[in-house]
Amino acid sequence: MSAQIWTYLLVGVTFFIYMIIAIVARAGSTKEFYVAGGGVHPIVNGMATAADWMSAASFLSMAGLIAFMGFSGGQYLMGWTGGYVLLALLLAPYLRKFGKFTVPDFIGERYYSKNARLVALICALFISFTYVVGQMKGVGVAFARFLNVPFDTGVLIGIGIVFFYAVLGGMKGITYTQVAQFCVLIFAFTVPAIYISLQMTGNPIPQVGFGSKGTDGVYLLEKLNLLSQDLGFDAYTSIDKENLVNMFFITGALMFGTAGLPHVIVRFFTVPRVKDARISAGWALLFIAILYTTAPAVAVFARTNIINTLSEKPYAEVPQWFTNWEKTGLLTFDDKNKDGIIQYVADAQINELTVDQDIIVLANPEIANLPPWVIGLVVAGGLAAALSTAAGLLLVISTSISHDLLKNYLLPDISEKNELYAARVAIAVAVVAAGLAGLNPPGFVAQVVALAFGLAASSFFPAIILGIFDKRMNKEGAITGMIVGIVFTASYIIYFKPQLGGPGLPENFWWGISPEGIGTLGMILNFIIALIVSRFTVAPPKEVQELTERIRTPRGSVSPKNNSH
Amino acid sequence: MIKTKSTYWNTNLKYLALLLIVWFVVSFLFGIVFAEYLNQFKLGGFPLGFWFAHQGAIYIFVILIFIYVYLMNRLDKKHDVDEV
Repeated sequence: MSAQIWTYLLVGVTFFIYMIIAIVARAGSTKEFYVAGGGVHPIVNGMATAADWMSAASFLSMAGLIAFMGFSGGQYLMGWTGGYVLLALLLAPYLRKFGKFTVPDFIGERYYSKNARLVALICALFISFTYVVGQMKGVGVAFARFLNVPFDTGVLIGIGIVFFYAVLGGMKGITYTQVAQFCVLIFAFTVPAIYISLQMTGNPIPQVGFGSKGTDGVYLLEKLNLLSQDLGFDAYTSIDKENLVNMFFITGALMFGTAGLPHVIVRFFTVPRVKDARISAGWALLFIAILYTTAPAVAVFARTNIINTLSEKPYAEVPQWFTNWEKTGLLTFDDKNKDGIIQYVADAQINELTVDQDIIVLANPEIANLPPWVIGLVVAGGLAAALSTAAGLLLVISTSISHDLLKNYLLPDISEKNELYAARVAIAVAVVAAGLAGLNPPGFVAQVVALAFGLAASSFFPAIILGIFDKRMNKEGAITGMIVGIVFTASYIIYFKPQLGGPGLPENFWWGISPEGIGTLGMILNFIIALIVSRFTVAPPKEVQELTERIRTPRGSVSPKNNSH
Repeated sequence: MIKTKSTYWNTNLKYLALLLIVWFVVSFLFGIVFAEYLNQFKLGGFPLGFWFAHQGAIYIFVILIFIYVYLMNRLDKKHDVDEV
């Protein structure tokens, strides 16, 4: 069977499974819709969190990004995993004890302020919406390349699928679908990596394989370093010293941002107990680590393969996959010196080959001559990654509207039935809006992901941490801190992002920190301002101090009336 | 009762401080600040600083969470604040 038929088959079968799960696990109450009834097993929640977290970007783009960055690519690997340590140790158990459904719930109650809730609500909506548009685009790209449908049709199919199971199932449907999607995506990512690791090093474990000797007895990384240097690139494992401060700050912004992202935090409301929230974060990171430790191996294999297969080879003899990808424009050859041979070098004047980082994972099985079913599997995996993240984000958007905005702000008397109805309408509207934005993404969408992480790091993270660990923190401190953190971070990003219309030039970055890393500074600023302001204003009311006390121990109720002590 | 509660919380803070120091050291220090120095050592075919940035830090993150879960479950029981 050809790769095309395998792709249709595997994508079709996996989609069918997601649909069945959605029908079986549909939500009947707001509690089921928002937090899957609060009874999800920690391992199940760990898998769902992992699928929620690993987006089209993690699955399709990250390995390619690392392949062309080398050592500095570690900022994504550490940045997008290290946040889970913060979640498990500093946030998840206490937020689970607090109960409730959303991050604005916590901010609103802990800081006894409707305005604080509103600020949190707007941040949650903004972060989730920018994120989800990128996922919709990812779905469109994957469909367009592999199912030979136009990009628009691809996005529309994606909208249809997510619409069906998110509207029907709410958090409950999404959780169990995400478990299936996790299995598909992790299998799809590791199988080709294992194949290629065996081919290149004889070791079936990619994590060990890329540090082993190749078939010629030379360490793979040493060989890649030499190949890279021969072509004028930096050695793959060498450290970019000018970039170290920036790498430090980007790693920080991604970690603190992860720990402040509403669609990740909300997953820890779905488990039954505080101890489940702790261990669930551990399972989530373990499942995420499978992909995140395989990705750097894939990067090394792909980079080596590209150089070996293409560098100094006659264009007339390129393999079939090269021609396939040339059609998409993501791989181009421009024979500058007209010798018919591919010059792939660091010097932009002479270099004739450009490879888009996004094709590395998708093209990898073809580059390594793997059987056609593996190619179909990778496509199904990429779609699983994009759909699972999109569904989780859409749920945050709908919960923000029906629960935080309607129930707790505009219409406190709304009945449970109407609230559930509103949640379904909100998610339906959000799916369609995200899909339309994904069809026609403004150029800045990719750029605002930096903003999403920066805002999460500089607003939610300090506000939640201080709400738990500093009993004296009051609304004046927290709100001032959040506003200063957001305004500072957003201004810096907009000023230094030409794609957002900013006039700033890279040589004027503060201490060389790029917009992607500024969230770390925004976060520090938020902490300092909040602490100072809170010490010069009145202490929070006694009930709030008692609430803070109660969320610190696992046992007992958070509300004072039925405290079991 | 008050005393147990504050001992419980202080022990928790002590665990957090220790584990977060390790978290910071393996990623920000070993994987970034001292990576250049560590790269002169080899772990199989991996320069050590590179290994921390691309592999080691992630493994240690996972281990840190499971250690914390173990310590806190023990502490919850000891102070009789664990859930049924």
